[in-house]
Amino acid sequence: MMMAYLALAAILFAIGIFGVLTRRNAIGILMSLELMFNAVNINLVTFNKFIAPEGLTGQIFAIFVVVVAAAEAVVGLAIVLLLYRNWKGVDIDNINIMKW
Amino acid sequence: MLETAYLIPVYPLFAFTVIIFFTRWNEKLSSAISIGAILIGLVHSVGVLLALISRHGLPYEVSVPFIQHPKILLEVGMWIDPLTAVMLVVVAIVSSCVQVYSLGYMHGDPRWSRYFSYLSLFTFSMLGLVISNNFFMIFMFWELVGLTSYLLIGFWFEKKTASDAGKKAFITNRIGDFGFIIGIILLFAYAGTANYQEVFAKVSAGAISPGMLTAIGILLFCGAVGKSAQFPLHVWLPDAMEGPTPVSALIHAATMVAAGVYMVARGMTVFAGSAEASTVIAVIGLITSFMAATIALTQVDIKRVLAYSTCSQLGYMIMALGLYGVDYAHHHHSVGYYAGTFHLMTHAFFKALLFLGAGSVIHAVHTNDIFEMGGLRKKMNITSITFLIACLSISGIPPFSGFFSKDEIVVASSTHPFFFVGTLLIAFMTAFYMFRLYFLTFEGSPRNQHKYDHAHESPTSMTLPLIVLGFLSIFAGWTGLPFEWFGLTGFSHFVYHGELAEHHPSYLLMAISVVVGGSGILFSYLIYKRKAWSSEAIKAKVLPIQKFLFNKWYIDELYEATIIQPTLTLARKLWWFDASVIDGMVNFAGWFTVKWADAKELFDKYIIDGAVNGIGHVCMAGSFFLRFIQTGKVQFYALVIIVTSVAVVLYKVTPQGAIIYLVLALIVGGVGLLSRLARPERAETD
Amino acid sequence: MENFGTSLGLFWEFIKANPIFCLLAFITILSALYVVTLRNIFHCAIFLVLALFGVAGIYILLGAEFLAAVQVLIYVGAVSILMIFAIMLTAHLASKRISQNNEQTGIAIFASAGFLMVSLGSFAYSIWRVQTTELPENNTLEIGKLLMTDFVLPFEVVSIVLLAAMIGAIVLARREKS
Repeated sequence: MMMAYLALAAILFAIGIFGVLTRRNAIGILMSLELMFNAVNINLVTFNKFIAPEGLTGQIFAIFVVVVAAAEAVVGLAIVLLLYRNWKGVDIDNINIMKW
Repeated sequence: MLETAYLIPVYPLFAFTVIIFFTRWNEKLSSAISIGAILIGLVHSVGVLLALISRHGLPYEVSVPFIQHPKILLEVGMWIDPLTAVMLVVVAIVSSCVQVYSLGYMHGDPRWSRYFSYLSLFTFSMLGLVISNNFFMIFMFWELVGLTSYLLIGFWFEKKTASDAGKKAFITNRIGDFGFIIGIILLFAYAGTANYQEVFAKVSAGAISPGMLTAIGILLFCGAVGKSAQFPLHVWLPDAMEGPTPVSALIHAATMVAAGVYMVARGMTVFAGSAEASTVIAVIGLITSFMAATIALTQVDIKRVLAYSTCSQLGYMIMALGLYGVDYAHHHHSVGYYAGTFHLMTHAFFKALLFLGAGSVIHAVHTNDIFEMGGLRKKMNITSITFLIACLSISGIPPFSGFFSKDEIVVASSTHPFFFVGTLLIAFMTAFYMFRLYFLTFEGSPRNQHKYDHAHESPTSMTLPLIVLGFLSIFAGWTGLPFEWFGLTGFSHFVYHGELAEHHPSYLLMAISVVVGGSGILFSYLIYKRKAWSSEAIKAKVLPIQKFLFNKWYIDELYEATIIQPTLTLARKLWWFDASVIDGMVNFAGWFTVKWADAKELFDKYIIDGAVNGIGHVCMAGSFFLRFIQTGKVQFYALVIIVTSVAVVLYKVTPQGAIIYLVLALIVGGVGLLSRLARPERAETD
Repeated sequence: MENFGTSLGLFWEFIKANPIFCLLAFITILSALYVVTLRNIFHCAIFLVLALFGVAGIYILLGAEFLAAVQVLIYVGAVSILMIFAIMLTAHLASKRISQNNEQTGIAIFASAGFLMVSLGSFAYSIWRVQTTELPENNTLEIGKLLMTDFVLPFEVVSIVLLAAMIGAIVLARREKS
């Protein structure tokens, strides 16, 4: 049973990776990032339930992850707005000033 | 006085240094410093002599180690014994007389200060020589004396004969010094020390084998042969007359040539330890004395006569010392030591006087040829009187000093018949040629009227030393008389070797020596003054002999043919070898280096620079391909990170799997890249 | 082929044994796939919301009720709305017809597939010390207590983090006064 949850988390994380590496839209990347965070949270809670139940450490850790992820999404989106203002679009492919 | 005796050589050394460095341009000051230094030295030397007399001749030694090593000890020190004290006083007196005399004689010479500095340097060397206490030190001063002799003989070096004479003196000296130093080294090796007293103790104790002792004795004597102009190294002394006359007086009459005799006297223990060496010494002394006397009979240059006379008198002294050594080795007592050293002292005074007088004459008539002189007695009073005193002294006429010393030499040789005959013959010849010189120069009528008219007595600076030396030529010999002098009974009780022994004067021998000397004077008087027998007639009868004697027994020519020419030829051959072979090799080395440098330049330009430039090109080429990694896109970087971290984790599990994974990633990436390039460029999204 | 059949059979058994989990898992994974592949970014946002809901359900299955509530409140209620706002503010008409995936797609599949293999492999081959202790009944109360005792420091720090994020976002997104 635990393996199922872990497998679910792994699949979600892999999908998140794919999204981060692939999406053009900056907001799309942020959304894939949120998927990755959630996968991690599932992992933590699974471990809390099956391996280290006392102290509820896993869940608390997961709560903090949620909060911090929220804060990070806020800042990220603010930056995306700036991007939009300067480049008139959010296509990541255009952000390549460091190109050779 | 005795403790500070080492200062005696230092005064003239100080004068030399000051003149050379500071007062070269002030002539009066230079000569004042030089004369002042030697006068102080004279006072100090007399003080040392008196101190020694008050100690009844007890020797005094002080030494300081110079190089110290377990096996070798070289020291610097002084040894004051009666012989040293007497020599110090003699050298100081003659040197001061000569320096005062030079004030007048060298007047107007452009190199005045240098002359006085050289004189001071010489005096320093000679005083150091007599005061040293070990063989290495005496050798050092020996060489210094030779050097200053060279400098002074060649003082007027613009004249080729003078500079040649300087070279001849130095080189001939060096030949003798070669034997000398070998003797010293052998002595040092076998005795373990160079200090006089320790060496003598070892020799007396028989620590050195007789054969080695003979060899050492002969080798040490080589030095005396060179320095004191004995046969066969006498050839430099006549030529040395090219130097200024005061120089001849100081160096080649009284002091430097006496250094050889002094050395033989000093080292008498070594020589006396071997009868063979002493015999060699005595024989060479006799040969020299005889040969020089015969040559002196025919010379016409006033200084040459005196030079050969010096040579002859030195031979006398050497012979006396040698005979002493022979007698000592056979355990007889002999007066030879006393005779040789005493004659050394008296000879210094009257020979210096003779030279200075000759210089006075030369200064007056501007020629050395005695056949251009004559009748100068009326014009040059002081010179002629003092000259006569010296001639009487050298001929051995009492009560002049020469009589006392010459008489002792006759006594010393009396026990050896062959030497006795030789001594008397030489005494006869000495008296004869000295008075020949006197009569031709000062008596008779002038042969060159022009020169005679211009002749005048010399200035006081020149006549004063003459008077002083004349005084000494008379009275210095009286110290040989067995009277009480400050608590000592005569010279022989002061300067002696071995044990003190009484000797009884032999009136018979005294009479014989006076008769021989007197007859020499008589013959000379008859021929040259009274013209009873014509000198030209005698010369015509014995012309071959006269030529032989006049040409110095052709010894110079012999040396020239057998030694000098082969040496020059050898030098020429070696020069050829050097010029063609050695220089050829050197030039080749130079050419080769240039060619090698050219090759290396090529190497440097193409290979080294090529390598350096190549690195630059490789970097540029590499970057031309590598820059594509910098796409500027964050997603690409993230991709690389993910792929690599997966590969690393996989590596921990299956290394081959990781490699397969990476290869597959590259393939898929390459395929994707190619398909992207093949696809037409899509329009920008924004 | 028999292996495949056996594993399929096992799979079916599993589904029959845990129907709710499988349903929630299916919904979540499908929504996630849609999030990363759809062209219309707005649709992606909707599916993200659905995925987040699914995850909340998983939490409840795992006995973390408070966490499920937090998830819904924060993620669904705030973050997703924020995303939608941002999408609307930066919308571009032409982007609706072009693929949203860049040229790295192929290799990205490879990378994520590789990652998945490695992870699953490590999970399968690890030795887990499974414990069967029951979780506390009142989840919320326990979490509250822990937050105030053991975890008070992270609690305070995270509030400062939120403050900083808020100020940062305001500063960044503010219009220039020109």
